[in-house]
Amino acid sequence: MFKKIVLILITTTALTLNVNAASDGELLLKKNNPAEVKECWEGFNRASFALNQGLDKVIFKPVASVYKKIPSPVRVGVSNSLDNLSNLVTIPNNILQGDFALAGVNSGRFIINTTLGVLGIFDVAQAIGIIDYEKEDYGQSLAKAGVGPGCYIVLPVLGPSTARDTIASSANFFGGDAWYNVTVKNDTNYFKDSDYYTSKVTGGVDFRAKNYDSIENLEQNSLDFYASVKSLYLQDRQQKILNSKKITETQNDSDWEEIDN
Amino acid sequence: MTKKLISYVFLIIFFTTHIFSIEPDVFVQSTVNRASKLLSENLTKDEKIKELKLIAKDTVDIRGIGFYTLGAARKNLNKEEKSKYSLLFEKYFLKSFSSRLAEYTNPEIDVKDKEVLNENYTIVKSVLKATSERPEIKIDWRIYTKDPENPLIRDLIIEGLSLARTQKEEFASVLNSNDGDINSLFKTLEEFSN
Repeated sequence: MFKKIVLILITTTALTLNVNAASDGELLLKKNNPAEVKECWEGFNRASFALNQGLDKVIFKPVASVYKKIPSPVRVGVSNSLDNLSNLVTIPNNILQGDFALAGVNSGRFIINTTLGVLGIFDVAQAIGIIDYEKEDYGQSLAKAGVGPGCYIVLPVLGPSTARDTIASSANFFGGDAWYNVTVKNDTNYFKDSDYYTSKVTGGVDFRAKNYDSIENLEQNSLDFYASVKSLYLQDRQQKILNSKKITETQNDSDWEEIDN
Repeated sequence: MTKKLISYVFLIIFFTTHIFSIEPDVFVQSTVNRASKLLSENLTKDEKIKELKLIAKDTVDIRGIGFYTLGAARKNLNKEEKSKYSLLFEKYFLKSFSSRLAEYTNPEIDVKDKEVLNENYTIVKSVLKATSERPEIKIDWRIYTKDPENPLIRDLIIEGLSLARTQKEEFASVLNSNDGDINSLFKTLEEFSN
């Protein structure tokens, strides 16, 4: 069974792999350009999107609206401790991407925030001037290695992704996420399975609460909400892969140059 | 005499090219201050929307954004369709823009920096100050500077996410779902605006 799963994963990965490895930022930019990401399963994606909207209306939105009422310092503490846990995926990916110095910085951040910052509730590392934290994941590492995004996909409950990122996230369950390893995969006396799932659900609620008004606003003012979410998600992924928020690095300006008044 | 004449001509050229041009960062800060003042006033939402539409007409290149948003499809339009599209897009844009902004009360935006891309475009960098409800948000403004006396906003890039690009992909999706029929986009825009 395990062998079959591995075979399926390898085959699917091969399908999403482009033959040419990304050798520079320009190729990386082109490959991950939202307009280039294929829409192979639009029917399924729109159905899945509708399901997620329904779940959001019934579960996530009401929970997020209550969560928003919790005093801000508590919410910041929750958000900080979730970010701190995400270092356990970020650090191996820093190493996979060859950013050894950054892996060292993030390891220092994790140790400081887990100890002095009381399990990550307080971001002591930021207070003492350690550079801003940027999350990394296995999808970003595959992208940096030259793997194209493949098709766009909307996963039930989990939301937007790409074929590459969906496959890459399975690495978390095969030893790539130390938090999953100590909670679910291995029987330790310190953590329970529920600790892992609670952290994931809380992360979802925290994200929904942070973007509460933006999502409402976007939905009300979109001609096609599905297409808006897809565009924003893919733009965000492109930035994360390029590790840049500079619009001049993530957008091709030639489209604008053609528009003349 | 020749020296005086040259100096005179030089001064005229200098003043006409420098005094009347508006720096993109100054333009953004003054636009933001204008909108912020309006949003903090004790007006109804409808009154705010009406005033915001006037600000947008003055400061945003709605026609330019419209054609950018249409992407490659604009090349297939005839003159009449282009005029119709421009009218419909303006109505759609003003409604969408003003109702998005009208929700905010007294947003504080500080212009931080600018980056001249070329003679047509400057990116102005600003931050929307944090409140207890949300963290600080970075907002970049793509300013069209072809006419330096009359700079215009062409895009808002919020935390690296371009609104114009999102709109462009949204319009492409509407067109794709209807076999590229421009009339279906016209209909969707009309429905949204009414």
